[in-house]
Amino acid sequence: MARTLINVKKTLTRGEAFEIRLLIAHPMESGQRRDSNGQVIARDIINRFSCTYNDMLVLEATLFPAISANPYLSFWAVATETGSIVMTWTDDHGTVQTERVEVTVSA
Amino acid sequence: MNRRAFLLSGAALVAVSVEARATPAEVARLIAALTEGARVVEGGMKLDLPLLVENGNVVAMSITVDDPPPGQHVESLHVFAEANPLPEVLHVRFGPAAARPRIATRIRLATSQSVIALAKLSDGSFRRDSVDLLVTLAACLD
Amino acid sequence: MIWLLLLLLVSPAQAQPRSGYLDAGPDSRAMQDDDTANPAFLWVEQGKVLWGSLGCGGCHGDVATMRGVAARYPKYDAVLGRPVSLARRIATHRAVPDSEDMLALLAVIGLQSRGLPLAIDISGPARPSYEAGKALFHRRQGQLNLACANCHDDLAGRHLGGAVIPEGHPNGYPIYRLEWQALGSLERRLRQCVVGVRAVPWADGSRELADLEFFLGARAAGLVVETPAVRP
Ligand code: HEC
Ligand code: HEC
Repeated sequence: MARTLINVKKTLTRGEAFEIRLLIAHPMESGQRRDSNGQVIARDIINRFSCTYNDMLVLEATLFPAISANPYLSFWAVATETGSIVMTWTDDHGTVQTERVEVTVSA
Repeated sequence: MNRRAFLLSGAALVAVSVEARATPAEVARLIAALTEGARVVEGGMKLDLPLLVENGNVVAMSITVDDPPPGQHVESLHVFAEANPLPEVLHVRFGPAAARPRIATRIRLATSQSVIALAKLSDGSFRRDSVDLLVTLAACLD
Repeated sequence: MIWLLLLLLVSPAQAQPRSGYLDAGPDSRAMQDDDTANPAFLWVEQGKVLWGSLGCGGCHGDVATMRGVAARYPKYDAVLGRPVSLARRIATHRAVPDSEDMLALLAVIGLQSRGLPLAIDISGPARPSYEAGKALFHRRQGQLNLACANCHDDLAGRHLGGAVIPEGHPNGYPIYRLEWQALGSLERRLRQCVVGVRAVPWADGSRELADLEFFLGARAAGLVVETPAVRP
């Protein structure tokens, strides 16, 4: 399946609060489930997430196994300048993924 | 018509996946470690969760903090679930580019329980909200 | 006069079917109502990619040309003498690497028909398959000795544990099911209902399953395609 679905309004007015919404394809295997042979299925979750807007932090989060599979996140930033929103997350294997969205801001 | 048996077949499968649970005392300890004696005010924020959960695998949750007094901002949010296998759910730290202190996500809840959210303000004080919810199981399981 | 005719057409014994959407809780419905919040769209996006990379577009053009197709499936194939599902229709003329890819294709093709009424043609030579599927729907099976109809006709709307028993319509598939935490096929859903009554599920690709799904499609006439739906 696709890695991510990101929804952000691409053209903004300075000072406007805008929503950043994303879905990430990930099993978020909790480490608490057992397979049909009774073996614990190894934990495999996205444990860190961060979002910056023109290199300024919007938020960073620590995620636990209680976050549902295919994580959904929605949060808000303030439009300042035209530029990029960069989202980065890390899973239990240490794999880092980055997605970028460009936004245009008018006065 | 043996509906009970149909249900039990589901319940037996659920039991396999259930491990140790957190306790309210454990959550209280984590919250004490987080707040370190700072003032904790009930309210001033809204933890939104359904009171009746259809399926504990995917529970829509949002947290909105009322605007803090002028000159202050919301530094972070913290969510705990009292009867999940692990009590911590999510910690969020806001940066200077954040707008309204609101986030939404989806969480897992192992059973009926209380979920507690805290917001830390820049003056070091905390706000708190909680929800008691009822989790029902789906009838058909893998 | 026309009114009378219409009434006769739409109300033979059974009233307008009720979509499982209406029996799902407010959170599932909200998830289905908003494409940016529905995790099934992760598969839809993948389906769009596969539409190109597997060469479907080379023959069919834009995936939008598939509008209306999913509403007509399962479809009776006169040559094979049996109903074929959309998945089988695809697989018989184009290799699809794995089942996740197939789900993604079914999601994106089904989405093209969203909002269109189901239009399963059960006339002529297709009729015996419909009747065979109907018989299976009413046949008691398993240790619990229950037929699909016991739950989905007789007890629909009642509670079974935490869940409301829906009428059991196939109009939203593939669905994102909260219980699975993934997109899944109608076959997967049916397997669980069959296992639920402690019976042995029909094999994928079996004649029984094809007839049953054909009947389910016709039984849901009047509902619109909801693919990709969200269910608890
Ligand atoms: C070599 C050309 C070719 C390729 C490649 C191809 N198809 Fe087809 N497909 C056809 C033809 C020809 C038909 C029959 C047309 C008809 O029945 O109107 C068909 C029929 C279909 C139908 C049934 C349409 C209906 O109205 O019942 C579906 C669904 C379909 N294709 C999906 C796909 C998908 C998905 C792929 C890629 C995995 C694909 N096709 C690749 C040629 C192709
Ligand atoms: C003991 C009662 C029972 C029996 C018997 C049963 N089901 Fe179900 N079925 C359910 C329940 C309950 C659900 C919904 C589960 C949920 O939402 O968690 C369901 C869901 C479904 C759905 C999904 C509907 C939707 O909106 O997505 C279909 C289709 C279905 N069943 C078909 C069948 C068929 C076909 C049979 C016979 C082979 C069958 N069921 C037998 C209880 C039953």
